[in-house]
Amino acid sequence: MQFERTAENNKVTITLRGDYIACNNAPSPAHFIADLKKENINKVVFSTKELGAWDSSLVVFLFYLAKLGNAADIDINLKTLPKNLERLINLALKVDRKPQSKHLSRLPFLESLGEHTLVIIEASLKSIRFVKGILKSFVRFCKSKAIMRKVDFLFALEDCTYKAVGIVSLVSFMVGLILAFVGAIQLKAFGAQIYVASLVAIGMLRIMGAIMMGIIMAGRTGASYAATIGTMQVNEEIDALKTMGIPISDFLVIPRITSLIIAMPFLTILADIMGILGGAAVGITILGISPQEYWQYTRDALAFNDFFVGLFYSIVYGFIIAACGCYYGINCGRDADSVGIATTRAVVSAIVWMIVATGILTVIFEVLGI
Amino acid sequence: MTKDEHEQSGKSIKIKATDISVAYGDFVLLENASFEVKERDIFIIMGGSGCGKSSLLRCLTGLMPPATGSIEISGVDFTAADPLSRNKIMQKCGILYQGGALFSSMTLAENIALPLEQYSHYSKKMIAELVSLKLALVGLAGFEDFYPSEISGGMKKRAGLARALALDPDILYCDEPSAGLDPISSKLLDDLIMELNQSLGTTFVIVTHELASIFTIGTNSIFLDAETKRIMGKGNPQDLLKNPPNDAVFNFLTRGKDENA
Repeated sequence: MQFERTAENNKVTITLRGDYIACNNAPSPAHFIADLKKENINKVVFSTKELGAWDSSLVVFLFYLAKLGNAADIDINLKTLPKNLERLINLALKVDRKPQSKHLSRLPFLESLGEHTLVIIEASLKSIRFVKGILKSFVRFCKSKAIMRKVDFLFALEDCTYKAVGIVSLVSFMVGLILAFVGAIQLKAFGAQIYVASLVAIGMLRIMGAIMMGIIMAGRTGASYAATIGTMQVNEEIDALKTMGIPISDFLVIPRITSLIIAMPFLTILADIMGILGGAAVGITILGISPQEYWQYTRDALAFNDFFVGLFYSIVYGFIIAACGCYYGINCGRDADSVGIATTRAVVSAIVWMIVATGILTVIFEVLGI
Repeated sequence: MTKDEHEQSGKSIKIKATDISVAYGDFVLLENASFEVKERDIFIIMGGSGCGKSSLLRCLTGLMPPATGSIEISGVDFTAADPLSRNKIMQKCGILYQGGALFSSMTLAENIALPLEQYSHYSKKMIAELVSLKLALVGLAGFEDFYPSEISGGMKKRAGLARALALDPDILYCDEPSAGLDPISSKLLDDLIMELNQSLGTTFVIVTHELASIFTIGTNSIFLDAETKRIMGKGNPQDLLKNPPNDAVFNFLTRGKDENA
C-alpha cells in the first residue's frame, strides 16, 4: 500500500496506490485532520487511478477521514473516489437513528441501598404470590378442576421416577460407602467397628438419604424444570398460555410439583436401601463383619420414626426443588443467556432452601422429641 | 475486490450446485437441483413453505451435507473439502440468520468483533474502528454498547448483517431477511442489501418468499416446488413473472391470481 499527500492552494490530494488489503498501518485520520487544520487546508481530493484491490481497512480510514473532516469543516471530496467506494462511505455516514444514551451513572449509596431494598421486597412479594398461586392451583387440582393435561403429569412423573433410579442408586451406594469408611476410622480405635452398621442405617434413614436425594434431584430435575419453562418463556409459550386464560401454575407448575412430591419418598427409600448396601459392602469386605451380624445391628438401629422423618424431609425437598425450578423458569428473561441464569438460580436456591428447611425441621423434631 | 474486477462485464461463477438432493433420512425435500450463482448476483431461492429453501441454504453453508450431488464455492468442491479447507471457504462467506442470531451475552460491538478477533490480524484499535464502520454501514452507528435484548427485531437483523459483513465476505447468505419486519423496515433492509451488493460487490444468496423483496432486489433466482421436489423455474424474477415456465411459478409470483380470478 502507498499513501501520498500533495498540498497546493489550500487543497490536499491524497494518492492511493496499490492494494489496501488487511492494512493495519494506515495513517491516523485524527492526526491527518489535525495537520490539515494547522496548515489551513480546507479541501481534500483523492487520486485513485492506481488503486488496486481494497477491503474494509481502506473504507474505515476514508470513513473516519470523512467523518472527522466534516466535523472540522474540511471539504472531503468523496466524489473523487471510485463510485462504489463513494457510495459505501456515504452509506456509512448516513445515520438512520441515534441511540438514546444509556444510564451508566452510579446512584448515591443511600439511593442505591433503597433501590436494592425495593428489589428484594418486590422479589419476596413475587415469591409469596407464586406460592399462593401454587396452593390455589393445588386446591383446584384436588377438586379435579385444575387446567392441566394428564400426559404432562405422567411425563413429569416418568422423568423423576424410573429415569432417576440409576443415578440415585449409584450416588446413594457411594454415600453409604463413604459414611461407613469415615465412621470406621474412629470406631475402629475403640474396637467398635460393628457400630458402623448402626451409624450408616440411622444416618441414611433419618437425613442423609433424603438430603442426597434432594441434591441429586435439584441438579437433575430442578434444573430441567427451569430450563424447559425458561425456554417456553423465550419462545413466548408462557405468554400464549396467559392470553388463553390458562393459569400457568395449573398447567406448568402443578404437574411438576405433584410428580416430584410423589416420586421423592420412593426415591428416598431406594437411596436408604442403596446407602445401607454401600455401608454393608465396607463392613463386610473391609472391616470383616459377618453379613448376619451387620444385618442384626442394622435392624436394631432402624426405627420407624427415623424412617418417617426421612420421608417427610424428602416430601419437603420435593416441593422446594419443583417450586424453585418452576419459579425461576417462569421468571426467566427472553434470551438464551437468561435460561442459563434461571437454571443456575433454580439449583442454587433449591439447595439453599433445602438446608434452611432442614435446620428448621430438625429443631422442630428435636422439640417434639421425634 | 479489485477495481478491474468491479468493472469487468463478464461475471465469474461463485457457487455451482450440481444434482443436489436434500433429505432428512428417508424424507426427501429436494431432488437433483442444479444451479449457478454468478459473482455480484442477488440470487433468490424462493418457493412455498416446506419446499426445502432453508434446508438447501443449510447445505450451501455446510450446516448439513446434501444427500447427493456437489457444491462448488469459488471453484473449490465444498462438499468434498476437509473441515479445515471448509472453514477457510466459510471465512469468505457471511450468513444472516432469520432472527439475527446475535449472542445475547455480548454487546453488538463484541458480536461483530468476534470473527475479526478470531480470523484477522488487526490491532484492537483497528477492530474497534471496523466494528463502528460495519454498524454505521447498516445504520446502527452509536449502538456499539447495546445488547441484543435492548434493540428491536429489525435492528437485530441489521446488526446480524453487520456481523455477517465483518470479514468482508465474497458471498453473503441471508435466511428470510424480511421475515417478521414491518414493510418499511423490510424495504430499508432491501435497499441496504442492494447498496452493499453494488458498493462492496458482494454476492448475495437470499432465501425468501416475500414477493416485494424478490422483485425489488433479485437479479437471478430459482423456484423450488414442494410437490415435485424439483427446481421448477430459473432466471430473473421479473422475467419469470413475464414468462412463467409453469403454473406453479405463475401462481407463486402472482399470489395465485389465476385461481382467485
